[in-house]
Formats: sequence, C-alpha cells, structure tokens
Amino acid sequence: MTTNISDLLRVEGLTQTFKSGTGIVKAVDNISFSVYEGETFGLVGESGCGKSTTGRTIIQLYKPAAGSIFFDGVNLSGLRGKKNWLQFRRDVQMIYQDPYASLNPRNKIKDILGEGIDVHKLAKGAKNRNRQVAELLETVGLNPDHANRYPHELSGGQRQRVGIARALSVQPRLIICDEPISALDVSIQAQIVNLLKKLQQEKRLTLLFIAHDLSMVKYISDRIAVMYRGKIVELGDARKIYHSPLHPYTESLLSCIPYPDPDLEKNRRRIIYHHHEEASGSLHQIFPDHYVYCRPSDVAFYQQKGASKEAGGLDLVSITPTNTGILEGVVE
Amino acid sequence: MTFFKFILKRLAFMLATLFLISTITFLLMNFLPGSPYQNEEKLTPVQRQMMNEKYGLDKPAGERYLIYLSGLAKGDLGISLQFGNQPVSKLLSSRIGPSIQLGLQAMLLGTVAGIILGTISAMYQNSFIDTFASLSAIIGRSIPNFIFAVLLQLVFAVSLKWLPIALWDDGFRSTILPTLALAIAPMADAARFIRTEMIEVLNSDYAELAKAKGQSKVRIAFVHGLRNALIPLITIIGPMTVGLMTGSLVVENIFAIPGIGEQFVKSIVTNDYATIMSVTLLYSVLLVVIILIVDILYGLIDPRIRLAGAKQ
Amino acid sequence: MSESLLDIRNLNVSFQTFAGTVNAVRGVSLTLEKGETLALVGESGSGKSVTCRSVMGLLSKNATIEQGEILFRGSNLLAKSDKEMQRIRGKEISMIFQNPMTALNPTMTIGKQVAEPLRLHQKFSRTAARRQAQELLELVGIPSSTKRLNDYPHQFSGGQRQRIVTAIALACGPEILIADEPTTALDVTIQAQILELLKELRHTTSIIFITHDLGVVANVADRVAVMYGGRIVEIGKVEEIFYNPQHPYTWGLLRSMPTLDDKDGELYAIPGSPPDLLSPAPGDLFATRNEYALQVDAHYEPPLFQVSPTHYAATWLLDDRAPSVIVPEAIAARRQYYRQRQTGLTAKEGLL
Repeated sequence: MTTNISDLLRVEGLTQTFKSGTGIVKAVDNISFSVYEGETFGLVGESGCGKSTTGRTIIQLYKPAAGSIFFDGVNLSGLRGKKNWLQFRRDVQMIYQDPYASLNPRNKIKDILGEGIDVHKLAKGAKNRNRQVAELLETVGLNPDHANRYPHELSGGQRQRVGIARALSVQPRLIICDEPISALDVSIQAQIVNLLKKLQQEKRLTLLFIAHDLSMVKYISDRIAVMYRGKIVELGDARKIYHSPLHPYTESLLSCIPYPDPDLEKNRRRIIYHHHEEASGSLHQIFPDHYVYCRPSDVAFYQQKGASKEAGGLDLVSITPTNTGILEGVVE
Repeated sequence: MTFFKFILKRLAFMLATLFLISTITFLLMNFLPGSPYQNEEKLTPVQRQMMNEKYGLDKPAGERYLIYLSGLAKGDLGISLQFGNQPVSKLLSSRIGPSIQLGLQAMLLGTVAGIILGTISAMYQNSFIDTFASLSAIIGRSIPNFIFAVLLQLVFAVSLKWLPIALWDDGFRSTILPTLALAIAPMADAARFIRTEMIEVLNSDYAELAKAKGQSKVRIAFVHGLRNALIPLITIIGPMTVGLMTGSLVVENIFAIPGIGEQFVKSIVTNDYATIMSVTLLYSVLLVVIILIVDILYGLIDPRIRLAGAKQ
Repeated sequence: MSESLLDIRNLNVSFQTFAGTVNAVRGVSLTLEKGETLALVGESGSGKSVTCRSVMGLLSKNATIEQGEILFRGSNLLAKSDKEMQRIRGKEISMIFQNPMTALNPTMTIGKQVAEPLRLHQKFSRTAARRQAQELLELVGIPSSTKRLNDYPHQFSGGQRQRIVTAIALACGPEILIADEPTTALDVTIQAQILELLKELRHTTSIIFITHDLGVVANVADRVAVMYGGRIVEIGKVEEIFYNPQHPYTWGLLRSMPTLDDKDGELYAIPGSPPDLLSPAPGDLFATRNEYALQVDAHYEPPLFQVSPTHYAATWLLDDRAPSVIVPEAIAARRQYYRQRQTGLTAKEGLL
C-alpha cells in the first residue's frame, strides 16, 4: 500500500487467536491496513468478525499472535521503557461501548476525568486540574457542575460524553472508538456522532471508529474497512464503498440495511452471501485506494464490475464471473 | 478434556493431597505432649522401654514414618493402644455405620428442607413468610448444634416423652433427634443460598418468558428456576459436609451414638495416636471424595459446563 | 364497524419508584386489526414496552394501572384474574423479548422449552409435543433432527435463539404476537432473516412490533404509532407516516437517520434528552426539544388532530389557528413524493 500522507497507525499482518474448547479460533486473520493522520477510519462488520479484537490489540490490551503494529513509525513490539509506554498511553486512547460499565461508579466525574491528568502530570496544582476538568466537560457539551456528580446521576448519553472527555483529557493523537453509540438511544446517537466529528476537526484527532451500524460508520468515516470472519474483505473510500460495493459480502451487508422508505423496502431484495474458504486470497488493489479480498486472477473481474457500477448499470444485483465459481452473489 | 482424563487427573491430585495430609498428621502427633499408654504414670522406666520396643515406638521418627506409610498402603491403620489393643481398622469399621447413616439423613433433610424454604422465601420476597424464614435461618446458623441437641432432648424426650433421650438401637426413632440437631445448620445455609439465587433467577429474562408462556408462579420457580438456582448451592456441599463431620463429634456424644465422632473424641482425650491419625485421614478421604463428586455434579446440572470441552 | 382484535382505550400506567411516581403511559389508545402488523416506535421512556406489557399482564409489582381498558375480542383483559391471564398468555397472545441471549432457560433443552406451551395450554402428550416442537423449529428455519431438540440454548447463536423464541411464541397459534425489539440485539443480516420470518406470518397472526429503528418499521409495518413521553404523538398507515409526517418528533426521527445516500454535512440530531416522567413539565413534553414549538405548547398538551380517517397527529401545528411553518427540506421532499404517489402518476418505487 502506498503511503502518501503519513500513517499514524499501520497494522501489518496482524493475527490474533483465542483458545476455544477444542481448538484455536482465529479472531483476526492476517490483516493489514493504515490509518492516516487526521482521518476517521471506520472498521465495520458483524459480530464475530474481529473488529473489536483488532481495536483492543492495537491498544495493546492483548499481545498479537502474529504481525506488527506501528504507531507513528515505531513498532510497538519493540517499545521499551516506562517513559515510552507512558507516552503511548497518552497518544492512543479508547472510548468504550457501554457507558454504564465503563465509568467507575464510586468515583465522582471530576476524579474520573482527573485520573489521566494526574497520571501524566498534565496539571500544576489542584486549581489548574479543576479548570482542565471544567474545560473538558464544556468541550463535550456538559455543564461543568457535573464534575461533582456520580455516574449514576447521569443519563447514558451524558455518561458517554464523559467517556469521550476522559479520552480527551490526556490530549491523545489517536482515539479508538469501540462501538461508542450502540448502547444509546437513537436521538442521542446522532448527537454523539456529531460531537465526535466536531472534536476531530477542532483538535485534529485521528479516529478509528469500530461499529456494526453501517450507516453511522459511513457518515463519520473517510475510509472504511469491511471485516468478515477475521479478514478485511474490502477497503477504501467510505462513499465509494457504499455506492458501489465490490466484494459480495459487502453487497450482501448493504442489501440488508433497511431504509425508512416503505415503497422501496417492498421492492428490495436481499442479497445472500455464500461464503467459500478462499485460502489463496488477499487484499488486492482494484482502483486507487479501493481494495478487495480476492485472488490475483479476479482483479480484472472486479475492475470491470466497478466500472459498470459507476456507469449506473448494476443496481442491487450481483454478477458472477464466467471463469470461476468462487464468487457468488445470489439475488433472492 | 474427556471425562476419563479428567477423573485420572483428579485422582492423582487426590492422592497427592492425602499424602500431604497424612504426613502433616504424623508430624503433629509426634510433637504433641502426652503418652500413648494407659496409666502411663504407673509404668516403671524398664516397663516403658519394653512397651516402646514392642510397639516400635523406640525407633527414630523417620523410620516410624516410613513404617506408617507402608502400613497405610496396605490398609493397616495401626493398633489402638487405649482401646483393647485391637487394630484400628476393626475399631472404626464397627462404628462407621451409625455415623454415615446420621450424616446422610441430616444432609438430605437439611438440603431438601432448605431448598423448599429458600424457594418459598424467594417467591414471596419481603412478605411475612420470607421474613420469618430468614430469621429462622439466622437463628439456625448462629446457635451451635449441640445446644439444639440439648434443647431437642429437653422438649421431645424429657417433657413430651415422645422420643428417647439418648439411645441408638431403637430403630429409626432413635435417629430422629440427632438428625434434626445436625440438619439445622445445613438447612439454614441451603435456605439462604437458594433464596438469593432464586430471587435472581426469578428476575431473569427466561423466567419472564416462562410467565409470558402462561406458566404459573409455582411452576416457574420449581421447574424452571430450581435447576439454575441449585448450581451455587452445590459449591457449598463440600464445606457443609465438613460441618456435619465436625458437628457429629459433639452430637454423637450427647445422644450416646456409637459412631466415629464419639470414638474420635475418646481417642483424643486418651492420646490414642493410631486412632486419631486414622480418623483424621478418614475424614480427609471423605472430603476429597465429596469434592470430586461435587465437580461431577456441576457438569450434570449445568449443561454449559459439561459441554464446554466437547466438540460443537 | 366490526370489532377490532385488540382495542386499547385510554390506558394510563404509573410506577412507584424510590424517587417518586413515574407516569409511564398517559392516555394511550390504539387498535390492532386482524392480519395487520402495527409498529410502535419510540425511544426509551416513550412507554411502548409498558403498553405492551400491560396487554400481557407482565407489569412489575410496583406498577399501577390507573385507568383504561384493554379489549381483546371484546373482553377487558385488565379485569381478568391472573389465572385467567395465564390461560391467554402464550396461547392467544404471545410475546418475544429483546435479548435472545438471556431469553431461554440455560439448563433446559430447547425441545422441552418449545414443547412447554403445547403441553401447558393444549394438553399435548410428551411425544406429540416433541413432534410438534420439531415442526415448529423447522418452520422458523432451524433444521432440527431429534438430536438437536436435546441441545441447550448456549449451543445456538443469537439469531438462532431468537428463532427458537419465535417458535415458542407461535406454538399454540396465537392471534396476536407482540415482538419487543426482537432484532435490536442482532446483526443486520440476521435481522433481515428474522424480519422475513415475521412477514411470512402476517396472514395468520397479527403483530405488534416494537422498535426504535425506522428502517425496520418501513420494512415490516402496515400501520405505525409513534410514541413519546407516554403518549401516541402520531399514528397512521405506514405510507402516511413516512411520506406525509405531521409531528415534529416524527420529522426529527426521520431526519436523524443517516441513510446510505446522504449528502455530506452535519447529521441532524434532535436536541436535548428524553423527557423526565418523574416530574413532567406542563404542556407538550416534546416542546423543549421542538424547534417548531408554539407558545401554546408550553401550557397545553395537544390532542390528536385528524389528518385522514387513518392518520392522526398530536401537534398544535395542525390546529386551524396555527401559523404555517416551513417544513425541513428532507420532509418536504417526502411530502412531494407523497403527493405524486397519491395521484398515481409515479410508480411506487420509493424516494430515491
């Protein structure tokens, strides 16, 4: 993959496995991607595809079974020394899914927010610290009075804002958002997403947005990667992928999202994805900055497919290549 | 891992545990003051020397330890010096019957009654029944079982004259009071455990689904709820058994029951080394076996544990 | 006018909590006809779940039904004893819950759980119930040999478990199926399968479908009731709600859904948070979040105004005396499509 803008995060050949009953499950199977500085990169997929595991491995909650993770050019497996790790922990932060479980119920909000500040010694004295906490609360749209409250006094949306403030408290460069809105009410989801977008622009953050809500991910992301069973099946510009998906799994996924449009829904047909083990596949470039998981011999087919879609020929129907039986999109 | 391998692994651990316990018991016995002989003070030094030689007590500790171990392996538990010089194994085997009968009865009564009590408490949470049952459980747990034993004797044997005070050979009648005395603590524990678990179960989503199916309250608790609430209770069966074993020491004495507990007390008082060590070992074997049974029971009751290692 | 299958009249439900009394349902009236699928849309605190639980008699102990009737085939369910309700639950009215992972008893085989309503309500023998359970599971798409019937819930995926729950609900052929957010916890592809399953049922069973996802509503519903703050704020046929919405909350919901063909720009978000039902403000509860609020909204709650014989909305904007407002662009586009659609000039293919 070419790197024109600087890669803040680069993942190469990342594999993560877990022991399960009889054997070993490959939660993440040899994936590679880069996140450019200042962009929002969306990682999308259904449950079990490995997206959350990827996020947690990047932030070093697990050690990868294989592969490397580079942050700002530095290989994390070679990171040594307390000072370097402390810096890493400042640079990369995480926002969690469950606003009810991720805040310590025994701590006041100001202590939750102050913890990071204290660990990294970002404030000189209590007064300065309190001011930083108040500023953080305002930044995420909360009343600074909330500093003296406990988590259970806040609503789900407010708690998630606290989670965001907590991540921001140490002035990070990259924030990994692990399903930050799925546990929230619909009208609150939009608020949080707008907040994240605004913060990203104001503070020049880089976001890795992990979610299964495809519409939201497309809205907030610049580029996205679609994951299925531990592999990235398609990677590229967010809008392009949604308008003309190439990989049959992406097509199937998009065909299942319901629209708030009854007439359209009555006429739509779901595309079913039939999975075949493609042992010899990997990510290949189809168009500049648009990659699909396939064999080298299928690249031409996908280029043709993409071109036809651009021309407006194909709609929700998927075509099969004439030479192989591996790729199948069946219209139901 | 397969069931067979599991059992094998556990047996190995059990043997290791028993080995450790027998060693510690041996060490303890050796360093306790007191003499193994009856009427010690009347013996002359020469006589004592002869006795020591006869029973191998003049040998150094290490050698005695090895003799002891080899004896264990053969099932020879030594000679009881204080009780007629008979083999300990014979002494104990004649007394094990009453203890086992009493223990099983108390366990059965305690758990079954406790489960029913706990379930009813949970079903009618915070009602009068619940408060009454909880109070009873606390009392049952706090008052030692020998006090209950004496109280039961007072009420049912002395005042009402329904049951014998302290008798063993009168058939089932004579086991009623001692069983009750021993069962009260397990019943209290079981009731409290089940109540807590059952409340959680009754608030679960699947209990609600059962209600949405049209099931009655009673059936939801007993048919759906019980198996789920039972799982944590199984955990305490081990400690419960221990409690019964130690409890039987005093209760057997009070009711003059010729069981192992009573013998154990007598042996301790008279420093009958062989018997003391043997009973300790016996109790250890019992506990270790019970723990194994508990683990197997887990798998039987909770299918998720059973199938955790199986192929999908 | 023939009798509706289900007729909820002026239902009022309150809860006693530590903090005080919460009026969760404040005067809800709606009907369900035979063979139709009604969607109840709303966010947490809207009262949609409480309404349906009242129908089933599954309210928690601290709930009080202050007022109202729930007529099922003419007789009032609220007047029935618990024993009588037990005979109706699972047999004539069934419910599916949101979380498939916790809905099934983990220590009971699924065969037994599916057979249970059959043995309970229809006095099937054990073998007959088992056979029927097998057929039911096949019906919902779980290939089930006799061996599978002896499996436990944890051996099934979330989507499969939801199907099993559906099989249980359908076992006795109920007239009404209440589905409380049945697909919220599921992946999008599994959701599509479950929705298809439910749509196959529409001819035999009337369905009340609770959700907050308008896309799902558009997919399954014949009629829609939008709830907010314990009341119905808009109700109508699905095309009326989606193409001719009248209530600003409905507008907000439609606008805040990021659809796959959005133009870039900020996603519309309804400002503020869900209403406080503990000490509700006077007037319209939506007023504080409503950019189209009128002065009267601060004082009086709007009644339901009629838009068509099948379409009602509770907003003062529909009063004759209300000023005309400029509707948001996205909504205006929908209305335009609606007008064209009504005239029959355009094919009914959707907004795109």
